[in-house]
Amino acid sequence: MTLALLSDVHANLRALRACLGHAREHGATRFALLGDLVGYGPEPVEVVEEAMALARDGAVVLGGNHDAAACTPPQGERTAEELSARWTHARLADTHRVFLAALPLTARAGDALLVHASAHEPARWEYVDRAPLAQRCLDAAQAQWGARQVFCGHVHEQHLYYRGADGRLADFKPAPGVAVPIAAHRSWLAVVGSAGQPRDGDPRAMYALLDAAHGRLTFHRVPYDFAGTAAAIRAAGLPEAFAQRLEQGR
Amino acid sequence: MKLEAGTVIDGFVLGPRLHAGAMAQLHRVAYESGRPDPGFPMVMKIPRMGGGEGAENLVGFEVEQQVLQALEGPHVPRFVAAGDLARLPFLVMEYVEGRTLQSLVDEAQANRRRPAPEDIARWGRAVALAAHSLHQQNAVHQDLKPANVMLKADGSAVLIDFGLSWHAHYPDLLASELRPAIGSPAWMAPEQVVGVRGDPRSDVFAIGVMLYELATGELPFGAPATPGGLRQRLWMDPPPPRALNADCPPWLQEVILHCLEPEAAQRPPSAAHLAFDLGHPAQVQVGPRGERTRRTSWTRHLRRWVRAAGLQYQPSPLPSERVGEVPIVMAAVPHHDTTDAGLYALRQAVKRSLGIRPGARLACVTVIAPPGAQDDEAALHRHHAEQLRQWARGLDVEGHQVSFQVLQSDDVAQALLAYARANHASLMVLGAATHGLALQRWIPTVPARVAAEAPCSVLLVKDAPPLALLRDAQAAP
Repeated sequence: MTLALLSDVHANLRALRACLGHAREHGATRFALLGDLVGYGPEPVEVVEEAMALARDGAVVLGGNHDAAACTPPQGERTAEELSARWTHARLADTHRVFLAALPLTARAGDALLVHASAHEPARWEYVDRAPLAQRCLDAAQAQWGARQVFCGHVHEQHLYYRGADGRLADFKPAPGVAVPIAAHRSWLAVVGSAGQPRDGDPRAMYALLDAAHGRLTFHRVPYDFAGTAAAIRAAGLPEAFAQRLEQGR
Repeated sequence: MKLEAGTVIDGFVLGPRLHAGAMAQLHRVAYESGRPDPGFPMVMKIPRMGGGEGAENLVGFEVEQQVLQALEGPHVPRFVAAGDLARLPFLVMEYVEGRTLQSLVDEAQANRRRPAPEDIARWGRAVALAAHSLHQQNAVHQDLKPANVMLKADGSAVLIDFGLSWHAHYPDLLASELRPAIGSPAWMAPEQVVGVRGDPRSDVFAIGVMLYELATGELPFGAPATPGGLRQRLWMDPPPPRALNADCPPWLQEVILHCLEPEAAQRPPSAAHLAFDLGHPAQVQVGPRGERTRRTSWTRHLRRWVRAAGLQYQPSPLPSERVGEVPIVMAAVPHHDTTDAGLYALRQAVKRSLGIRPGARLACVTVIAPPGAQDDEAALHRHHAEQLRQWARGLDVEGHQVSFQVLQSDDVAQALLAYARANHASLMVLGAATHGLALQRWIPTVPARVAAEAPCSVLLVKDAPPLALLRDAQAAP
């Protein structure tokens, strides 16, 4: 079984399709979307419909903070996020909102727990961006779900937290395209990165491919037409910063 | 499961047991049901488990599985298969035929005779080239010692036992802030003592310890069993090899002590540089370090001990980048059919190539035809070597190692290519219209052949704008 894990698509249809195509070419037979299907990007309807189709075919689809915000948008338009949530809400039809509102926050895949942000109180959307927070997430996954491994998104970078010789969690920055052996007896946490809005200075889309039979996890970077998405953001009248961020990968 | 000849494990039939150590046992194996070998003999490594063995043993095994699968080339055993760590841990790999460097150390000890410096240099060079191949693949062995080096009949070295190794592409399962020193105490580099892993110069240090061992019969820092004893190498100079063995030539001592510098930045910048030195003893620039026959005074050691207390080791960048930053630049200098302008342009190009690369080594090479019966060969070599030196005088080579080599061959391109391959040159600089052949369109010139077949980047230098070609282009309709 080869499972493709994508997160934070953020209404970026070109990035989503590029990742799905890449994953299928590399033997993916199952898919998991780890939340934040919408927000920031120009194609919320298309992305949600693609996710609904994947879900019908058995894919895991989780909810994220931006999905929740698009269902019940905040009143103000002070921040870019608020503006984006209201804009997205207005684009979506009822069927889309019902689908998003019903998304679960966690799911199991074999021994691993899937969650958008952190297994520690998932609805608080904590950013797992350093070892102590990764530890808290793993502790919660173990205590509540009996899972020793976690896949998550939310932080728009790719990381693998693993245990060193002294038992402490260490942060490892994976090299794109290199299969990392992840032994079943080990406890680890993989942050799969963002498909639709990379923030590490490289505009290529991110996702991860798990080869469960051989215990190998590969973090991928996939080139896609980010200029096209940026143009669509501008055409939709969304903030210029959203477009620039895709061009710069920041 | 009982492990003995005939037992079948995951499609492999155990053959005779080769070794039963504290950490693992080794068996020759073949495929079950008579399937032919993959073209080389195979060996299975099975870790010892249960009872008193700690998890650490198995982590090392996991590391070896991980790293060995990622490595390729003639200097590591080829990977065949690995068993599931949770169910049935084993590792099947190429059985390397040869003898360990340890057996040579033991033989010298038993005979009470030190190996000849030329032999030590030859073995050391083989080990350095093997280590360099590893470093270029973003890995560091971290546990080089004579028992982990196999010398093959063709003189090349294969490194074995990757249980403590480090690879930039994988999480470092042995990383530890609490229990810093992992490795074999006698050969461990100072930065490893304080917990820094992944620096290719740690392997260079370990090779230095092996060379010292071969040259003197002793270990430069002993085999300390305490953390304090291990830390000694952060500040203490070992006794110079020539104090222990008067027959150790200064060039060899220079090379050995260069490898054993406590600060990684003071050692040869890559294993390829070390291999170069060991392959060209006459070119080693021997300084006071190579001549010393007396031990460092205790007052000096005291000063260095104080300094070592505050010494900070910086984690290195990617090994492949690290060794790529200190290239071996090869300048192919023609000795006839050239012009002052041509030689000048070549020198300028070499200057630029070196200038942006601190620590780069320059190898100046010229190829001459094999001398006839009436020629004085030695005089001919002296003459050409002196010409090379004169050519290089216009270069600012401060901070760079420079060597001069006169090669003999009728086939200039072949000689240059062979030299570049043997010495792991990173860049070859040569004139575009030199080496005795005018630019002719219908036969491949020396530069064209070199550019096509070189194992490295090639910089072709034009001494002047090719006016003839420009005129042709203009004349064309």
